[in-house]
Amino acid sequence: MGFLDIDNATKSYGAVEVLHKVDISVQEGEFLVLVGPSGCGKSTLLNMIAGLEEITSGEIRIKDQVMNGVHPSNRNIAMVFQSYALYPNMTVGQNITFGLEMHGVPKPKREKAMQEVAKLLQIEQLLDRKPGQLSGGQRQRVAMGRALVRNPDVFLFDEPLSNLDAKLRVDMRTEIKKLHQNLGTTIVYVTHDQIEAMTLSSRIAVMNGGYVQQLGTPQEIYDTPANIFVATFMGSPAMNVMPAKVSVLNGRPHAEVAVHDGSMAQLPFSQDNLAAWDGRDILLGIRPETITDMDGADRKSSNIAQMTNRIVVTEPAGSDTFVSMQLGGRDVIARMRSDAEVAPGQDFNFAVNMEKAVAFDPESEMRILP
Amino acid sequence: MSQATQDTAIRTGRVTRTLIYLVLLLFGLFYLLPLYVMLVNSVKPLEEITGGGMMNLPQVFTLEPWFKAWSSAQIGVDPTGLKPYFWNSIKMVVPAVIVSTILGALNGYVLTKWRFKYDTILFGLMLFACFIPFQIVLIPMARMLGIIGLAGTTWGLALVHVVYGIGFTTLYFRNYYAVFPTELIRAAQIDGAGFFQIFWRILLPSSGPIAVVSIIWQFTNIWNDFLFGASFADANSQPMTVALNNLVQSSTGVKEYNVHFAGAILAAMPTLLVYIVAGRYFVRGLMAGSVKG
Repeated sequence: MGFLDIDNATKSYGAVEVLHKVDISVQEGEFLVLVGPSGCGKSTLLNMIAGLEEITSGEIRIKDQVMNGVHPSNRNIAMVFQSYALYPNMTVGQNITFGLEMHGVPKPKREKAMQEVAKLLQIEQLLDRKPGQLSGGQRQRVAMGRALVRNPDVFLFDEPLSNLDAKLRVDMRTEIKKLHQNLGTTIVYVTHDQIEAMTLSSRIAVMNGGYVQQLGTPQEIYDTPANIFVATFMGSPAMNVMPAKVSVLNGRPHAEVAVHDGSMAQLPFSQDNLAAWDGRDILLGIRPETITDMDGADRKSSNIAQMTNRIVVTEPAGSDTFVSMQLGGRDVIARMRSDAEVAPGQDFNFAVNMEKAVAFDPESEMRILP
Repeated sequence: MSQATQDTAIRTGRVTRTLIYLVLLLFGLFYLLPLYVMLVNSVKPLEEITGGGMMNLPQVFTLEPWFKAWSSAQIGVDPTGLKPYFWNSIKMVVPAVIVSTILGALNGYVLTKWRFKYDTILFGLMLFACFIPFQIVLIPMARMLGIIGLAGTTWGLALVHVVYGIGFTTLYFRNYYAVFPTELIRAAQIDGAGFFQIFWRILLPSSGPIAVVSIIWQFTNIWNDFLFGASFADANSQPMTVALNNLVQSSTGVKEYNVHFAGAILAAMPTLLVYIVAGRYFVRGLMAGSVKG
């Protein structure tokens, strides 16, 4: 039993099922991020937890209390909306205390709670202003203050940072993370931004097409994606996925991939059970940062393979240099150190960290488990 | 900035410009002419009017016709002036405007934020109220008023106007609330506000512009209505418009044109006032929602 249990929750609109038997259990103090492309059902799921949308079948429990049919205000949750949803006709102070007022908390107690939250979020000087007079970041703080003041069991965030400019978004991200660390609250957070998902979460549920594709820690999701969707959705630039063939050389399974001139590079797998796929086609997944020059290769890795290939384009980005090449008939990107000596048209000796490589079944698109 | 506006303005010659202003001035005068005639003749003794020269300024200035129209002119059988009927109109208009506006706001709120099955069809049906001619509802309405015992009363008239006005007020508020962010309603729900609390505390305080539109529209229409007033009111509950008609159309005695003019201005005064006080919000309210922000 978790703190928040989503148990076989299904949502349909008429005959159209948009969420299919979602099963997630969140522990107390956990930061769960629901991530996926638009239309994947993540916001619907959040609204179902909030009680703003009904559950078609299945159950949602908070602290072992079944929440199906319970009014949003009686679930002891708080939500931060994408547009902040601050009441335009009320001051910041009134916005923060409106929920307490609706729950019949006496005025002196409301004032005290408001002051505490305002201090925590450093918005004390804004309490008498109207939302229209605030900047985006300030509105974001007020929206969080409104959620915090209720001292809820579960915080729900619906893409709270997507209306902010890039720099402020990074700052607020850090602040949300700090807040979570200090307060130890249980948070469910919806975003389409995979970097937000990776940085904030203690666990991620990657969603697509109404299904939870994978549920796991950021590291699990990144290193051992369950399928090609998760592999390519998480990470930027995306994981390179290319067709390859398994061949067993000297008792060890290798991935046979075509380089630019059609000749085959042999990349040894760390995963022994792939020997069973000898002679069969797979999809090989390699993250851009695991293709480097020899000097930049991961020293801790026990399986660095070498491969010579022709560089097509180089894209210096300051901190890194992105190099693209042809591999397995696909455009493949490598992420190199910024001072790697590379030039377009050059035949270059790449180091591939095969310890991190993953193989997918081309038919089911699922990762071939070790 | 100022230079830019100069450049983008349409360039016209001095002659054309003068011509345009002349024509505009002419039209302006033409439209103001009836008001001028009414004002000028309402402060003349009757002999000056009957002696010809309707357009002349008064030789003898008198406010007597105004006092007469207000408190002593013969209306129907009693020499009461328009005063009691003016109050009849107020007693009809004020509750009718308030109630129809509040109901319209509530309807708009439900139709946009508490969607239910067939709500658009229901809204479509309500819009019929905007297009049905008055004459069609006269007889059924008279029957209804008789059944509920409000026939021939000011309250009955107010009810008729509320019913007839709901279509318009619902249309205004529904379109206004359609662009009102639903997330605010959801936030208030999570905060624990109920149906009416959300309405009073969140929605209504943000409805200023559209409420003004609804009030002006309803006030003008109800105040100016003649048909319902003539059909459903008895001698004691007739509104201003019907009384004015009775004053002007009386077939006995001398036609006191100066009193008629004064009475007509009195009858038009409240709507004029409402426009002057709230008119600038009218256009703003009508435009609301068309531009984001």
